[in-house]
Amino acid sequence: MLARKRTLTFGAGALASALTLAACSSGAVSSDSGSAGGGTPVTLNLATVNNGQMKDMEKLKGEYEKSHPGVTVNFQVMEEGDLRAAVTADVASGAGQYDIVTIGAYETPQWGANGWLVDLTEPLKSDASYDVNDILPPVRVAISNDGKQYAVPFYGESSILMYNKEILDKAGVTLSADPTWQEVADAAKKVKTADTAGICMRGKPGWGDLFAPLTTVVQTFGGNWYDQQWNATVNTPEWKQAVTFYKTMLDQSGEKDPVSYSFNECLTALKENKAAMWADASVAASLLEADDSPVKGKMGYAHMPVVKTKESGWLWSWNLAVPATTKKKDAAIDFVKWATSKDYIKLVGQKIGWSNVPPGSRTSTYEIPEYKKAAAAYAPITLDVMSSVKPEQPGVSPQPWVGIQYVSIPEFQDVGNQCAQLIADYIANRSTVDDALSKCQAIAQKAGDAHKK
Amino acid sequence: MSVTDVDTVEAKTATDVRRVKKGEFRSARGLLAPAVIFLILLTQIPFLVTIGFSMIKWNLLYPKDRGFTGVDNYVTALSSGALWPSIVATVLITAFSVIMSLLFGLLFALLLDRQFPGRAVARTLMITPFLVMPAAAALIWKYSMFDTNIGILNWVSRSLHLPVVSWSTEHPLLAVVIVLTWQFTPFMMLILLAGLQGQDKGILEAAQVDGAGTWRTFTWITLPHLRMYVEIGVLLGAVIIIQVFDPVAILTKGTGGTKTLAYLLYERAFIGLDVGEAAAYGVVTVVLTIIVATVALRTLFKVFMAGGSR
Repeated sequence: MLARKRTLTFGAGALASALTLAACSSGAVSSDSGSAGGGTPVTLNLATVNNGQMKDMEKLKGEYEKSHPGVTVNFQVMEEGDLRAAVTADVASGAGQYDIVTIGAYETPQWGANGWLVDLTEPLKSDASYDVNDILPPVRVAISNDGKQYAVPFYGESSILMYNKEILDKAGVTLSADPTWQEVADAAKKVKTADTAGICMRGKPGWGDLFAPLTTVVQTFGGNWYDQQWNATVNTPEWKQAVTFYKTMLDQSGEKDPVSYSFNECLTALKENKAAMWADASVAASLLEADDSPVKGKMGYAHMPVVKTKESGWLWSWNLAVPATTKKKDAAIDFVKWATSKDYIKLVGQKIGWSNVPPGSRTSTYEIPEYKKAAAAYAPITLDVMSSVKPEQPGVSPQPWVGIQYVSIPEFQDVGNQCAQLIADYIANRSTVDDALSKCQAIAQKAGDAHKK
Repeated sequence: MSVTDVDTVEAKTATDVRRVKKGEFRSARGLLAPAVIFLILLTQIPFLVTIGFSMIKWNLLYPKDRGFTGVDNYVTALSSGALWPSIVATVLITAFSVIMSLLFGLLFALLLDRQFPGRAVARTLMITPFLVMPAAAALIWKYSMFDTNIGILNWVSRSLHLPVVSWSTEHPLLAVVIVLTWQFTPFMMLILLAGLQGQDKGILEAAQVDGAGTWRTFTWITLPHLRMYVEIGVLLGAVIIIQVFDPVAILTKGTGGTKTLAYLLYERAFIGLDVGEAAAYGVVTVVLTIIVATVALRTLFKVFMAGGSR
């Protein structure tokens, strides 16, 4: 009897507390609207990704708050995947939780077209001291839609070939500054030893993992995802050539178990002398040349290898944008301008270190003497590649979207993800190349049909 | 109250069928109502909303293009060709993991059933894998065990001059099963150990007196006694493992025939960002799980029914 009474009271207690919780959680909506400079307290919520450069921005936000009394900037730092899901859900549903969001080059033009982002063209142009033309042209093209700029690059990257000079010298191999893929594959075969891979390449299934480098390989082999009419072109000879080449190179001289390798795994392999070459994001160079890196000063850098095109580097940027749902538009734009200004770049150099400066966003960054010295090994080549890639047409033939290692349609992350799994199966000898590509063709075609005019 | 009193009370409740008056029933129901209503609100409304979502066309990336589609999402889900391999993967992973962890669990339970110094410490250590978070367990195995460069397994094969094996690539299904077996062996071990310690010592002694050896005692007395515990272990284990997500997401990303229903659902919802289709997959998964659970629970009730088939 006593036991029964106890459960009853416990149940009632639980119910009561649950109701109280529900009542509490629904009433915590802040409603401060205002603009910067008015002296009224403004809180800006900023969602960003947990990369080094973004964390530096969080460290330096105090400088902005000091010069703008009454403004507080709240940072919400997340993993890339979580950020995508959180920001997409927030912006798509119009919840308006964030005043500033960090988005990739892939989303920016699409979201701009959807009307989810504030058009920044005018506010940036009208401010002469901001000097919007200083932003690298290809990056600007990639994040614009119909001539309107919806975001500002916080930092940008391309892809380059990195190689360990010591290992290559030992094997008596030299690379040109603009190598071809065949040249790189032959070199990898020569420098490979029992415990050092000739080259490390990503193979982990995921549209941002395997397909970032693989799409650029396909494009320089003359293939692409879609033709001008949005017909999928995955089951073409060019794709087969490119994918077979990629796998053969990995089999002959790549790392063991490439399907579990992505950016971080290859970075570790290079640092531990487990691999001699690596074609990947240009940001990796600053990590290989960091003070705590065992291969600091031993690395050489070259353009991404090519076959039929002049350049095959990709183009990616993390950008700051203002969602259309914000109630503090002016204050948000002001902070975005501050965080992407020339002064901010100098501030990072002075306060945190010149090698930590956000790269690949402004031309003027590459003219700062201190940065030139700190990043002597890789800055010139990064700027060179980033200024010469063509996001409108990275491949051999024209394409109906702007972007290099991705297709700027909403379905692409899904298509790329499924196809990456199919190709990873082929790389791991679980299926044939024809099987993988024909299945991928069907998936890509379904997405392409939605965009046919 | 003396011992005999308790005995008679127990006997009474066990034999007499108590007739409950209708009024008593009603008041009992009335008292239960708040809890029941709360439970219904908490569990059934989200499910109804999911069914609602599964009937509409809603991709997060096409905010303007929303509308009612009826069963289109179900047609897509059932005809995409992703569902059947996924069911096969779920069944294989669940079956192998349950069987393996049961066998290992039985082995360790038998060892721990003996008296030896440090038994308590050994038991605690044996239970540890079950207390590790699933994601952490998968990461431990991915890097410190399976990895080709730094994994212990490959360090062993290197020292023995055997070929290096990239486990999660060459044997994806096996890799996932190994991780799950490592995690769920302690769970099975605990259940079986409870069963072993509940054996009647008298019967075991009688068997010894009658000249039965260890093996005969084990097969004729211990195993039949353990049957009930094995059934419970298999049921609970299967219900938990059928929802497996972490090792698949961390070790194989759903490649190589390891795309379980839970991982498939995650992909549709968080990579495809297609709310309608993901909801349809979710409903299909729930229906399948309900079928499995009903069969399982029926058996479970049989286990608990006094005077059943035992």
